[in-house]
Amino acid sequence: MSGFWRRLSATTWARSLEFIRDRASLGWNLVFPVFLVAGLAFVFSGPGQPLFKVAVLAPSTAKLDVDLHPFLSTPQVQFYRETDRDSALPKVQRHRIDLLLDFTQTPARYWLNTQSAKGELLERLLIASPGAKLERETTTGREIRYVDWVAPGVLGMNMMFACLFGIGYVVVRYRKNGYLKRLNATPLRPLEFLLAQLISRLALILIVNAAVFAACRVVLGLRMEGSYFDLLLVTAVGAFSMIAMGLVVSARMSSEEVAGGILNVLSMPMTVLCGVFFSMDGAPRILQLAAQLLPLTHMLEAARAVMLDGAGLAQIYPNLVALAAMSVIYLGLGAALFKWRQD
Amino acid sequence: MSASSVPILEAVDLVKHFPKVRAVDGISFAVPAGICFGLLGPNGAGKSTTIEMLEGLLTPTSGRVLYHGERLGQRHRERIGIQFQNTALQDHLTVHENLRFFGALYPVRRPLSELIALCQLEEFLDRDSRKLSGGQRQRLLLAIALINNPDLIFLDEPTTGLDPQARRNFWDMVTDLKRLGNTIVLTTHYMEEAYLLCDDIVIVDHGKIIARGAPAQLLAQHFNDSVLELPMVEARKLDGGPLRYAAIGESAEILTPDVNAAVGVLLAAGVSLAQLRIRPRTLEDLFIELTGRALRA
Repeated sequence: MSGFWRRLSATTWARSLEFIRDRASLGWNLVFPVFLVAGLAFVFSGPGQPLFKVAVLAPSTAKLDVDLHPFLSTPQVQFYRETDRDSALPKVQRHRIDLLLDFTQTPARYWLNTQSAKGELLERLLIASPGAKLERETTTGREIRYVDWVAPGVLGMNMMFACLFGIGYVVVRYRKNGYLKRLNATPLRPLEFLLAQLISRLALILIVNAAVFAACRVVLGLRMEGSYFDLLLVTAVGAFSMIAMGLVVSARMSSEEVAGGILNVLSMPMTVLCGVFFSMDGAPRILQLAAQLLPLTHMLEAARAVMLDGAGLAQIYPNLVALAAMSVIYLGLGAALFKWRQD
Repeated sequence: MSASSVPILEAVDLVKHFPKVRAVDGISFAVPAGICFGLLGPNGAGKSTTIEMLEGLLTPTSGRVLYHGERLGQRHRERIGIQFQNTALQDHLTVHENLRFFGALYPVRRPLSELIALCQLEEFLDRDSRKLSGGQRQRLLLAIALINNPDLIFLDEPTTGLDPQARRNFWDMVTDLKRLGNTIVLTTHYMEEAYLLCDDIVIVDHGKIIARGAPAQLLAQHFNDSVLELPMVEARKLDGGPLRYAAIGESAEILTPDVNAAVGVLLAAGVSLAQLRIRPRTLEDLFIELTGRALRA
């Protein structure tokens, strides 16, 4: 075995042993997401969600208000703008939105999922409202339970925390307690050390999340329409990019407090903007654009496309390319900035 | 210069500046193979900065470090061993796993069985390295420093915090290493340790070398007297006489080149000799004389 592979495998092995034997950390990583998914399913799957959600296709100059159609003033309904019918219609089919109004066509029309009780209720309100009558179009599609939709988000969020804090905190701790200085006195090179951290963390995250996914699938009957290989690929590339992001944060810091603050600054917006618990459909455009710069967004979009819509690599490749590009940028930046010792 | 006469380690006009301090200010020395070389100095004297440059962990502002006559590089990193004063190891790994891990980082490794015997690790090989006593931990750190069978070993304050038994045990191990022909660079705050182990020492202060030589030779150069130690209450009987004394806490020290004559003066003054202690000058005396008594940060 060459020196590179010998040092890389030894460092990966040592780091993996450390993680596996840290029972509190391992247990938390395994148990927390299962409980969270189950808890959210319990809270949100029952009746009593008052809000209706209606997508609107309209000319960009038109405001979504009563001037466009009196129905848009209906209380307890959130109206938001969609730009493309092809992307909006599957949301009706998947019960993610209750109705789709299309004012870009003449006459205007609406799309209803005939299997959606909420959609039918909204249709009655629409018909009863004053203003121009809209033509009825129908579609069908089995409802996606909230738990099916939220599970990839929760697993992805858990993975994000494991990637960012698992790598960021550990490297900062190593630097602070002098372990990196000790390694610097050996022939181990920075790239070998960073790759070992990355490989070890990636392998453990994939194993842990596969176990958690299997548990959720058995216990909660999670929906899985696509290929397991595609989901594994999405998970691996997504986790890689977030670990690399953690390496950038930890590249030269020696304060766990500061590192923790920065990691929180990164992870909190990702939790909110990347659609972990709620869809970003209807969120302001600027936030949706900002979300596209975050790796978790692409991982969740691709994972949900595979799990809920049965999408294949042809459909999710833009997300994979975005994640790969982020990985290269973060890893390059992390390696360039890396320092063994504290200043 | 023949290969055998090339020093194993040489510092040539080493300078290191930090933003607000000139930590090392033109230090030069050569370490021949097979000796124990002591680098001594008070806190903040530039000792740690110097040793980190020798170890290749810190780049000098100017000057150079030569290992076997060559600039530091990968060969130096593979062939030296370092025991840091404070270092953490990977959590949750046993002593044996730590040895295997560090061994895998080097192209040449000392057989583990030999290392385990040399550093007396048999009793706690399967113990989590976080659960070792201070002495056991230092033995493990020494074993890690020796894992690549180095020809040059840096020991950075290796016995700080150890109890007297563990310290003496460590000295025995270092003596064994010397006997095996290893070259050792030692930093320590314990002058007794330096005197016992080092063949050659330099004392550094304010970034410069202020003394260099074998311990006995340095003592002979700087001192021709011995020390008489008395309780302060007895020493006061000498007030107004020919012998002068210095107060050190509750004791007094008298420096004299002629012990017999001094004892005669004590007897004549009615000083009780019951608690008299006579000792030769030590490296600690020299260290204090050269670097002063003021506390350093």
